[in-house]
Amino acid sequence: MSKRSNWSIPYVIFLVLFVVLPLVLVLVYAFQDNQGRFTFGNIAKFFSDRDALSTFAVSLEVALENTVLCILIGYPAAWILSNRKLNRSAVTIVLFILPMWINALMRTLATAQLFTMLGVTLGKGTLLFGMVYDYLPFMIYPIYNVLAKMDKSYAEAAVDLGATPWTAFWKVTVPLSMPGVASGILMVFMPTVSTFAISEFLTNNKIKLFGTIIQENINSSMWNYGAALAFIMLVIIGITSLFNKDKEAEGSLL
Amino acid sequence: MDKIIDIRHLSKSFGDKKVLEDINLYIRRGEFITLLGPSGCGKTTLLRMIAGFLAPDEGAILMDGKDLVGIPPHERPLNTVFQRYALFPHLDVYDNIAFGLKLKKVPQDEIDKRVRKVLKLVAMSDYEDRDVETLSGGQQQRIAIARAIVNQPKVLLLDEPLAALDLKMRKDMQTELKEMHRKLGITFIYVTHDQEEALTLSDTIVVLNEGRIQQIGTPTDIYNEPVNSFVADFIGESNILNGTMVRDRRVAFIGHEFDCVDEGFGEDNPVDVVIRPEDIYFTTEAEKTQFTATVKSCTFKGVHYEMFVDTDTGNELMIQDYDAYPVGSTVRLYIEPDDIQVMRKERTDNTLPGTVKDAETIEILGGAFALKSGFEPGTEVTVQVPFDAVDLLDNLDDGVLSGEVHFILYKGDHYHLTVRTDDGDDLWVDTDDIWDKGDLVGINFKSKGIKIRRKDE
Amino acid sequence: MKKFFAKLYIWVLLVILYAPLVFIAVFSFTESKVLGSWEGFSTTLYHNLLTGQMQGNASLLAAVKNTVLIALAAAFISTLLGTVAAIGIHNLKGRRKKAVTLLNNIPMINPDIITGVSLFLLFVFLHFSQGYLTVILAHITFCTPYVVLSVMPKLQQMNPNIYEAALDLGATPSQALRKVLVPELKPGMVSGFILAFTMSLDDFAVTFFTRGTIGLDTLSTYIYTDARKGGLTPELRPLMTLIFLIILILLVIINVRQDRINKQTVQR
Repeated sequence: MSKRSNWSIPYVIFLVLFVVLPLVLVLVYAFQDNQGRFTFGNIAKFFSDRDALSTFAVSLEVALENTVLCILIGYPAAWILSNRKLNRSAVTIVLFILPMWINALMRTLATAQLFTMLGVTLGKGTLLFGMVYDYLPFMIYPIYNVLAKMDKSYAEAAVDLGATPWTAFWKVTVPLSMPGVASGILMVFMPTVSTFAISEFLTNNKIKLFGTIIQENINSSMWNYGAALAFIMLVIIGITSLFNKDKEAEGSLL
Repeated sequence: MDKIIDIRHLSKSFGDKKVLEDINLYIRRGEFITLLGPSGCGKTTLLRMIAGFLAPDEGAILMDGKDLVGIPPHERPLNTVFQRYALFPHLDVYDNIAFGLKLKKVPQDEIDKRVRKVLKLVAMSDYEDRDVETLSGGQQQRIAIARAIVNQPKVLLLDEPLAALDLKMRKDMQTELKEMHRKLGITFIYVTHDQEEALTLSDTIVVLNEGRIQQIGTPTDIYNEPVNSFVADFIGESNILNGTMVRDRRVAFIGHEFDCVDEGFGEDNPVDVVIRPEDIYFTTEAEKTQFTATVKSCTFKGVHYEMFVDTDTGNELMIQDYDAYPVGSTVRLYIEPDDIQVMRKERTDNTLPGTVKDAETIEILGGAFALKSGFEPGTEVTVQVPFDAVDLLDNLDDGVLSGEVHFILYKGDHYHLTVRTDDGDDLWVDTDDIWDKGDLVGINFKSKGIKIRRKDE
Repeated sequence: MKKFFAKLYIWVLLVILYAPLVFIAVFSFTESKVLGSWEGFSTTLYHNLLTGQMQGNASLLAAVKNTVLIALAAAFISTLLGTVAAIGIHNLKGRRKKAVTLLNNIPMINPDIITGVSLFLLFVFLHFSQGYLTVILAHITFCTPYVVLSVMPKLQQMNPNIYEAALDLGATPSQALRKVLVPELKPGMVSGFILAFTMSLDDFAVTFFTRGTIGLDTLSTYIYTDARKGGLTPELRPLMTLIFLIILILLVIINVRQDRINKQTVQR
């Protein structure tokens, strides 16, 4: 038996080389100047850079709004899809998941083009619409998964104890589906902050998101500053995943 | 009589499948009543209709004279203990139990008092703040009961509440449930497939099979006087044998005649005879001996020995006794008249409708059987197929029809099977071959003994 | 009534969700350079795409080829690496198992851009020249965890004794692996492969940072560069339509079949 546990060794080496080491490098580059000396300068630069700070704030705001909209629109959809009385066809569910399999860039571009044709000015509104459009399936699917697997007898027990179907929904079904919502948030919030191409397409470069400035800095060879910005994003990921301790348990993409 | 629940002409189908058919049943106030039957017999469906999670297709469920049908479950004055408890995992023990009271806006100090009281009743005081998922199966069971009875329902419904527990735990919980029922004085409606549990706990047992009530009675009635071979086979161990009622108080089976206490079965009529294995006695006295047998096997079962014997007439019987008899020995046996339970046969052959196709074939249940009838093609006929004229074949394609072995009864020297065809019709078969429940078989008829007559004759 | 509103809600959402895709599909049947102006029905764009005679940039076909090749390579290697790793992790115990599982989760939690930037820094740091190899390595990095997660449940469902049973019956360890273990894990490996393949096809950010400067383009980076230049190659429209149709048909077939299998097992 102990022998077969050794089978994990190649993958562990791979992970160390291609996951851990690169993240360490992000940290190293973030705290170095271009001569390779230790410095807090890159971090300091971010906090004194008005444009970067406002981009950062806008990114968080857009991500937050996108996440909330996805929950508000996606939860009822997931609930309807998971309810055997309201939806019996597997095909409707497939239709909701299907966009996840299509290149996001392609879909975003199509949305932007549609807006242009309809004469809608590209800006904050179109950005949010496009974001919701891109990320809604990622919210619906994990919630749907949790709801579909949930033991029906919980809701029945609540009704049996005197709750109206509406109270049973709010007091039992919703709290029990929170793991799905949590992994939905994880799959929507961070990716929104970090996208770079989508916001460019949907706002005609009017609104920049945090991902875009990372990309611009790396592309213009300002690696250290780029790494510092990536490091700041890593810190935020750390914070959000604290709220998602049980993420593994249920509702993940699989 | 004080009826709390009166169920009248209740029927329910899922799709084309009839799950319950014309159920009539009343439940006395304060009694412990058990709905007992194999899986798929409709017992849980019946319970869920009483609780309000399913609506009946037809019929009424009266509670204190008022029809419950149409009243949503949250307005019914009864509570349920669910199969896998369904304790809310996001709430702790206290909040689970207080759930119903909070919804009813009971004042907080009253809630506290009542939660404490039921926790004491189920012997779970001090567990208030525990997370329900950290509790053992037995503890979760108690909390599920506490959560239901804290609402002071008039009737408590329990859906196989002990099924998820291990044997030892189940025995302990049975005693506690009985005790709780006594203390609370409310009506318990209990669903189980475990006949032993039903016999131990109940005041009244309702035996269900295939959506119909087979028998209603006290545990003693049901055990001692099963009304048909299904009940006899399902409840306890039994020898079920083919017999003939010679005359009143005299019945013949296993090649011998016995005195019995049953009357009114006519003369020379075929009957089913049930003998419980503990009711066959060993003797050494020649004048008491009714028949002799050879012991084939003997197994110690903890309190008694279980023996299989071959009678002098070639039938196999199961006997339970406190003494062991060596394998191979010849023993003398007798049965007391009031231990012989005689039952009218539900059927003596398969009576099936058919249509004559040509001189050589008759179409029965959708299959063309090679049977000569002498009637004109197109004549509608009634075909009587004796149980032993049905041939079961290993190869599905060799049969005119195919089906599945649905129910098996051992009758001492042969097996009596219920075979369900692919179209859902039942055929009864006597065979010496050993089949298992669920076996797929081809079906054919041997022509010997089959009677064909014009329909309506 | 409730059912009517539920259905309405679902269908309104679906219509909005699919409007842009349908819009692209409709305009794939006209020749106009700019999206949105209808210049009469024509299948010229499809013809151009399939014969490779582009009005616009001819490297579109090369990008499609790259995308598929990279996805195949990455999915294949990820499936091997991930399956072996899953067997290893399954046999680990206690804190080690937790540590490796945590490590396996990192690439899944990381947004694409972090994975991209950090791998970019790695290749720069190692003076590794970037191209096909680095893109494939990067794709393996974010695909393998999904393979591990697909194979794991199969290992947990599997009777732990079947491998020993095979050995007991005289199989060599490698025979036991091929004849017993792999067939048991196959469904997990297949879904892991499909997942890895589609993740790789979808990727933009990681490819963008690891493709170097040799002019390697996948479909995503091609679209990005093309869109930044202003005009979109018109042949992208029929291409998107075809991809969309293929995926739609595949998913519907898989699900309808799955549905039928489920129904049959329920009936038995």
